[in-house]
Amino acid sequence: MEAQATSAFPTRRTTIPFGPQHPVLPEPLQLRLVLEDERVVEALPAIGYCHRGLEKIAEKKDFLQDVYLVERICGICSFMHSLNYCLGIEELMKIEVPTRASYLRVIWAELHRMHSHLLFLGLIADAFGFENLFMQFWRVRERILEVMEKTAGARIMLSVCSVGGVRRDIDDGQKAEILRVVDQVERDLESLLPTMFDDYTVGQRLRGVGVLPADKAHELGAVGPTARGSGIAMDHRLSIGYAAYGELGGVTPVTEATGDCYGRIIVRARELHQSADLIRKAVQRLPGGVVSVPVKGNPDGEVIARMEQPRGELIFYIKGNGTRNLERFRVRTPTFANIAPLLHMLPGCQLADVPVIILSIDPCISCTER
Amino acid sequence: MLNNVQEITVDRLVGEAALIKGRGCRFVTITCTDLGDVHDLIYHFDDQGELRHLRLKLPHGAPLPSLSGVFFAALIIENEIQDLFGITVTGLAIDYQGRFILAEAAPRAPFNRLGGMGVDVRVRPADAAVAATAEPATGGAR
Repeated sequence: MEAQATSAFPTRRTTIPFGPQHPVLPEPLQLRLVLEDERVVEALPAIGYCHRGLEKIAEKKDFLQDVYLVERICGICSFMHSLNYCLGIEELMKIEVPTRASYLRVIWAELHRMHSHLLFLGLIADAFGFENLFMQFWRVRERILEVMEKTAGARIMLSVCSVGGVRRDIDDGQKAEILRVVDQVERDLESLLPTMFDDYTVGQRLRGVGVLPADKAHELGAVGPTARGSGIAMDHRLSIGYAAYGELGGVTPVTEATGDCYGRIIVRARELHQSADLIRKAVQRLPGGVVSVPVKGNPDGEVIARMEQPRGELIFYIKGNGTRNLERFRVRTPTFANIAPLLHMLPGCQLADVPVIILSIDPCISCTER
Repeated sequence: MLNNVQEITVDRLVGEAALIKGRGCRFVTITCTDLGDVHDLIYHFDDQGELRHLRLKLPHGAPLPSLSGVFFAALIIENEIQDLFGITVTGLAIDYQGRFILAEAAPRAPFNRLGGMGVDVRVRPADAAVAATAEPATGGAR
């Protein structure tokens, strides 16, 4: 009644639950949205729908078994998790990995980045209602999954990374197949990406939506394409140079200054070409030699391992106590870091834009809740 | 190995964090480990690509001041720590009161070493003493 006295059209606040089950969300996440008419004024996250306590389980397993457990933190960037874990344990145990294994790790890691980004581009196209684009990106993604199966024996859960190197090698025929597929994928992208970059309706759904300025992105701890889409040049492949990235060089962070959904998507699309270049370089320069070294002893001490996963900075804290079991294993995934920036993107947007904004950070709830 | 570690006390935590923010560092995350009598808390910050850490030993039952007033992003992990380790975090920007990541019926502080749902497979001194005095098992071959 009081509101009616001050305005002919009073604005009422409504709180609606967005998720945990929603057509655009592949995984359960809830945002409690406070709305004024159709405009979002506040968003509160609610997670915990698929918390697995994986950090605790890791303490109960042998540290070598944990490679396969850690790989299951995420069903998309699984190889990245096993790689980061192995890098951490190897640093802790002072294991020198053969150069050939480091190059093979880069090849599989970048193939994983490509399939993850293609999956994302399809999902975001589906979120803004362009189903044909969704199908085309996923069709291209199949090529990457097939070449991973041909080289590692599995499409997603490769299980090729191990402490001390990798469990499989590739021959000349497989090298040629990787190069052929990467070339084919880039040719496919030539016909697809202009639609994503230049189409009027795509631009209308993405440009100026969910803006995250660079200073806010830094203050709120944004990582990966979410940070790079706001103009922050941060990419640990360049800054740390783990595995063979330091030797391969040429990793210049892909950035966009707009800070909106469009910028975050364009960063990922351009990173596909960067990954293709890295794979070509790694295949062409792949040195000879063994692909793993034996592991002796148990990890003792503590270490931080971090790397650039498709969604951003991945951090593991690993503490060993000289036994086969780890004292503590802690995971900070990129989606976890991007929740606070997401809460800044949503206020002020229209309810219809919420799905696109959420998907623009490429959320992985499985990673987040681990 | 863990470099750039600064040991601090709980009363200096928020002030140190504010200084770190003033230097332009990015908040990364917090790692909590239950050491039995204390919680080992490590606050990680990114300083121009290099990691820096504040390390704090917090006795069981002692409250922990929130950093969410300095780094808003800290509220997510602080709520998680409150759930998983049973630490009371004071001054949270948004306080989920122990139900951020855990369901209503979930056990309290499941990531603490003793108690909660955790059945610790590592042999504790008390268990070892019991095992040493126990009679050996008899009966059929295993």
